[in-house]
Amino acid sequence: MAKVRGAIVVDVEKCKGCGVCIPVCPTDVILLAKDVNSKGYTYCYMENPEACIACTNCAIVCPDGVISVYKIKVAG
Amino acid sequence: MAEIKLMKGNEAVAEAAIRAGCDAYFGYPITPQSEVIEYLMMERPEDRTGMVVLQAESEIAAIHMVYGAAAAGKMAMTSSSSPGISLKEEGISYMAGSELPAVIVNVVRGGPGLGTIQPSQADYFQTTKGGGHGDYRLLVLAPASVQESADFVADAFRLAFKYRNPVMILSDGVIGQMMEKVIMPEQTPRLTDQEIIEKYGDWATTGKPDDKERNIITSLELDPYKQELHNIKLQAKYTQMQEEEVRYEMINCEDADYILVAYGSSARISQKAMDLARAKGIKVGIFRLITLFPFPSEQLNDLAGRVKGFLAVEMSAGQMIEDVKLAIEGKTKAVHFGRYGGVIHSPEEILEALEQKLIGG
Amino acid sequence: MDIKDIIKPENLVYTKTKNMTDKVLSYCPGCGHGTAHNITMEVLEDMGITHNTIGVAPVGCSVLAYEFMNIDMQQAAHGRAPAVATGIKRVWPEKYVFTYQGDGDLAAIGGNETLHACNRGENIVIIFVNNGIYGMTGGQMAPTTLQGMQTSTSPYGREIETMGSPLKMTELIAQLPGVHFVTRQAVHTPGAVRKAKKAIRKAFEIQKEKKGLAFVEIVSNCNSGWKMTPVESNIWMVDNMFPYFPMGDIKVDGKLVK
Repeated sequence: MAKVRGAIVVDVEKCKGCGVCIPVCPTDVILLAKDVNSKGYTYCYMENPEACIACTNCAIVCPDGVISVYKIKVAG
Repeated sequence: MAEIKLMKGNEAVAEAAIRAGCDAYFGYPITPQSEVIEYLMMERPEDRTGMVVLQAESEIAAIHMVYGAAAAGKMAMTSSSSPGISLKEEGISYMAGSELPAVIVNVVRGGPGLGTIQPSQADYFQTTKGGGHGDYRLLVLAPASVQESADFVADAFRLAFKYRNPVMILSDGVIGQMMEKVIMPEQTPRLTDQEIIEKYGDWATTGKPDDKERNIITSLELDPYKQELHNIKLQAKYTQMQEEEVRYEMINCEDADYILVAYGSSARISQKAMDLARAKGIKVGIFRLITLFPFPSEQLNDLAGRVKGFLAVEMSAGQMIEDVKLAIEGKTKAVHFGRYGGVIHSPEEILEALEQKLIGG
Repeated sequence: MDIKDIIKPENLVYTKTKNMTDKVLSYCPGCGHGTAHNITMEVLEDMGITHNTIGVAPVGCSVLAYEFMNIDMQQAAHGRAPAVATGIKRVWPEKYVFTYQGDGDLAAIGGNETLHACNRGENIVIIFVNNGIYGMTGGQMAPTTLQGMQTSTSPYGREIETMGSPLKMTELIAQLPGVHFVTRQAVHTPGAVRKAKKAIRKAFEIQKEKKGLAFVEIVSNCNSGWKMTPVESNIWMVDNMFPYFPMGDIKVDGKLVK
């Protein structure tokens, strides 16, 4: 069975650090950064990128539409 | 084809709207203007021209329906009478702020409050000074006959689109209710949707084409400096109106010593008063305002240099008189004579006021 | 495998719709408005009706919706969006017209316009975002504020005796024959967002078929007004808002189902 690998790209400058993407990630990929963007918001990032399955949950619930999701199939 | 008809002023407004190619009328019944919507409902303009007629749930809803249709590039109008116009003022202010063309008819009745259903001109301040909140003006046309009630509808639409600004036709209970002969203009075809998109596609919300920037209709600007620039732009339009759109009629002013300044039904009654005065040897002329905004200040000022005084005749406690006084800059005397609360002055009363308040005063 | 090998244009599976502008949303972090905007705009894109749609923005937090929705839009006076939408739809019957309104706009000051547009069965879509508070003016009581809920104008909690009960506007308008489809949705979880998007799609399909008014309520959070974190506010919403404003369809194909 082909395994899926995913990745997200966060528009850091537009992320407001609300964190609603974090609990909806089934594989605990996302965390809020310790750092802040130029507006002073912490922003989300892939703390655990290997676990991303490109389910798009995070991007779908992101109110600010700052998350893009990429997906590839890797031969198992 | 042009047609001669016998109609009420309100009906003439309605028929003229159909013939002007109006796209939509949204209204709410109120005396003394209900004939406008009654006539339209009876006439089924949707079959004649495709014009939409809708009875709204309130005057407020009606004006905002006009807002929506106007913001989508269509020729939209509403009508009401004084208390209903007060309700519409919110929407009128939004339309002035958003620069939307629309025609609003006010068949004025006496107030304040629910007041009376009898004719009045007590909405002069409200109409000519904006009416709602914010720095804005309406272009105001005041018909004095059923014929003008009809003619001014097409004029009002033309001006509304020229300036992208609401235009008010300020009628009153006399003009709206009386029947007169009226020559109705030929039918002007409504613009097609394609014509509307071509003519107004640069501002109207008709759907964003893929290859064009979208259009936004709003009166909101959070940056005060940008809002000030917007206000300056609006003021420039009002200045242009003042330069290009002033309309008035002068009757027997050439040799006159005294001038009756009036508009609408007051101007008609003043004509009889003028005749009575002239029969007594008093040289009286009439200066009839047709546009109340822009106000014919320059013309009155010119006249002020060669007459002995002005009598402002209005069905109010004294509103237009303020503009007359401002216009003539103290060059000569100007006094007010009014009946109000729904009472109409008689020609004899006007003559008496002329003799006692102006000549003898 | 390197992340760079995954992040390539051909592997993109989800990104913000082009129907949203690139402006930073004026909403507070975590506010459901953004999600509701996104899915509404996605529906227009999916249906291929973006160029043929005119939206009406309200007064309230979403007053600037026209800055974010990349379509022709009008900003309506407070509460008047259904009247404005009526005006547009009546003169452009072939265009898609929708309003996007909050609870204060739709259920308080605009109650009459809402009721009558629904009753006339105007062929429009109404998207009603209900977060039980006036967000923009700083957290005052809304018609949908829950019993006992503290706001800046009900600082001791909403008292039914003096302030009335939270208004179920959606159930109210569902009774009207002109209304074809009424549903209550949320956007706090991926599943909820997908369902809400489906409901909005259905609403626009109804407009396409000229079947009457379609009304989609989205129960949402107001973390600033409720004084919680965004994630807490979503939990509070589920625990407190949903029991009073239950999720699901209320009227389908012109028939009450709840």
